[in-house]
Amino acid sequence: MNMPDYTIPLVVAIPLLGAFLTPLVSRINDKLRNVFVIIVLALNALLVFLLASDILTTGIKTYVFGAKDLTYPIVRILFEVDAMSIFMAIISSILVLAAVTYSWAFMKENTGLDKYYTLILLLTAGMLGMVFTGDMFNFFVFLEITSIASCALIAFWTDVGESVEAGFKYIVISATGALFVLFAVALLYGQYNALNIAQLSSVIQYTFLDKIALVLLIVALAMKAGIVPMHMWLPDSYGSAPSTISIVLVSATLASLYGVLRVVFTLYGNALSTIANFDISVNVFIGWFIVALAVISIIVGVTMALIQSDFKRLIAYGAVAEIGYMFLGIGAGLTALGTAYGRTALNGGIFHIMNDALDVGLLFLVAGAIYYATRERSLDRLGGLARNMKYTTAFFIIGLLAVAGMPPLNGFASKILIYESTFQLNPILAIVAILCSILLLAVFVKVFHSAFMGPQLPKYKDVKEVPRSMLFVMGVIACIIVFIGLFPEFVINNVVEPAANALVGYSEYVSQVVAGGI
Amino acid sequence: MTEMSKIVRTITSITFPFAMIYGLYVIAHGHLTPGGGFQGGAVVASACAMILVAFGSKWTIDKIKEKKLSAFESLGAIGFIALALLGLVFGVAFFNNFLTGSNFLFGNIPPTGSVFADINTGGVLPLMNFAVGLKVIAGLFVIVLVMAYATTSFKGVKK
Repeated sequence: MNMPDYTIPLVVAIPLLGAFLTPLVSRINDKLRNVFVIIVLALNALLVFLLASDILTTGIKTYVFGAKDLTYPIVRILFEVDAMSIFMAIISSILVLAAVTYSWAFMKENTGLDKYYTLILLLTAGMLGMVFTGDMFNFFVFLEITSIASCALIAFWTDVGESVEAGFKYIVISATGALFVLFAVALLYGQYNALNIAQLSSVIQYTFLDKIALVLLIVALAMKAGIVPMHMWLPDSYGSAPSTISIVLVSATLASLYGVLRVVFTLYGNALSTIANFDISVNVFIGWFIVALAVISIIVGVTMALIQSDFKRLIAYGAVAEIGYMFLGIGAGLTALGTAYGRTALNGGIFHIMNDALDVGLLFLVAGAIYYATRERSLDRLGGLARNMKYTTAFFIIGLLAVAGMPPLNGFASKILIYESTFQLNPILAIVAILCSILLLAVFVKVFHSAFMGPQLPKYKDVKEVPRSMLFVMGVIACIIVFIGLFPEFVINNVVEPAANALVGYSEYVSQVVAGGI
Repeated sequence: MTEMSKIVRTITSITFPFAMIYGLYVIAHGHLTPGGGFQGGAVVASACAMILVAFGSKWTIDKIKEKKLSAFESLGAIGFIALALLGLVFGVAFFNNFLTGSNFLFGNIPPTGSVFADINTGGVLPLMNFAVGLKVIAGLFVIVLVMAYATTSFKGVKK
């Protein structure tokens, strides 16, 4: 379907407008506010899907703010949406819509919900802006919007000391990261007098200063994505925020991951060699660096998950390992850019972004359901819940098998791509990845046993199944997981492959803006 | 925060209008002179904070409720985005300056060269400055007010 161009700014503007209307609507009626927020996000998700179908058929779309056409030299704000951006936008909008629908019952007893919904909508606007923007400084602005909104949401349960600590940790880390990004942007602007990604990409020389900017950008964005040496904020934040916020945070970290991809493949696309070349070139250097970080993330994430007794902290460490898998695929794809298996690795890494968001999201929602029913987070004190909560148990089984990469589900579909391609790069990588995946299965089977199996505990005798709206959200996500697991080809051909093409073919991204103008 | 001595309160009452008018001037002339919505809003909010310090948080919160201020803050933000969207409706693009060059509000196009500034220029920019100013006044003042009020109520608990 052919969408008008102004759909692109609307996707960011609608949540932003909704965010500030929410406190006003909330003065009328609480139920009305919940309906209003769900409608706003559903409308937004619909726009994202329509835009996706358009972009996947017709190619990259750009939108200039404030004027009809772009004038040179470029001073205008520019949104540039390609298949990779829209891929991330689809993931974000699904997760946020799920979180908001789930919140209706889950957050019912909390006060200050008008601020909660306002912040979720602001966070959505920030994430979508990050993935849509075609301008480095704008990227920084949206990054800051995302960080501030996430920080306030992480510390939403202010009566719990841990949440406030996690929120404080997050704002310190993300402010540092954001300043790194700003410094890198300044380095690029100082040299090339440009902020537009496409324009920068066309003139970048890969000088010493550019290398510093690249390092700063990768480090800051990987820190916000939760890669291991910089992961210390992630388990705290995911663990102590409300479950609904945890899954919104998952998509916020994935938006930072998108930032890494955009910087490496598009901004520095000029410096990358597209012929497979295993001498020390940029690809190999950055690629192996990312692969090393990824392997450490996988190992540390899984081993730390083994020893956790808090349900949500455990899932958070699982999420660290999963982010490691994405980076493994992407790093391997970058190292072997130009070979067939490098391409498979890149596909696997990108496909895993979607699968991880759904799997980890489902697990967080199940943890939220258990917290809702029992008010208990420690695995040591849970047990026998399968007797009273049979639907939740079923969803947990789906989530655990998917996250551990068991065959009929989506986690397997992307992990097998990563295994088989990294094996060709270096067998040790694939071995570590498979072993850690098995270990992850063991971790979650342990969780399953301690929370759901065993005799019925007397204090949980009257535990009831969670409300229907929460079951419905978990059910929908579980259905998507099973669907992707059964028909991975469909998703790969229609969404993942174009996204990978968009990353590799950076010249198309550049030519949309720079074509003959300068 | 308790109220301060009579001298401070009297001086505050005298200087408050000046600070207020200066802040509003900075907002209104945002498109002509240095400053704008944010800077002027901060000046006005600091004038309000001066009242808060001199008269005490209890007195201030009796006069203006924080809920009302939050509503004003939302209105400021909505105004800003609505103006951007109007650019899409009446102009050619999101954030398009659809008022400039029209005979409507702020529609004049300023002459080039060394001339006196004309306030009736700038299109939607002054309007956006007003929206940002409203948001910053309400936002900054509500933060200061709530924090000041919280310290007094905590002191009461300790006793």
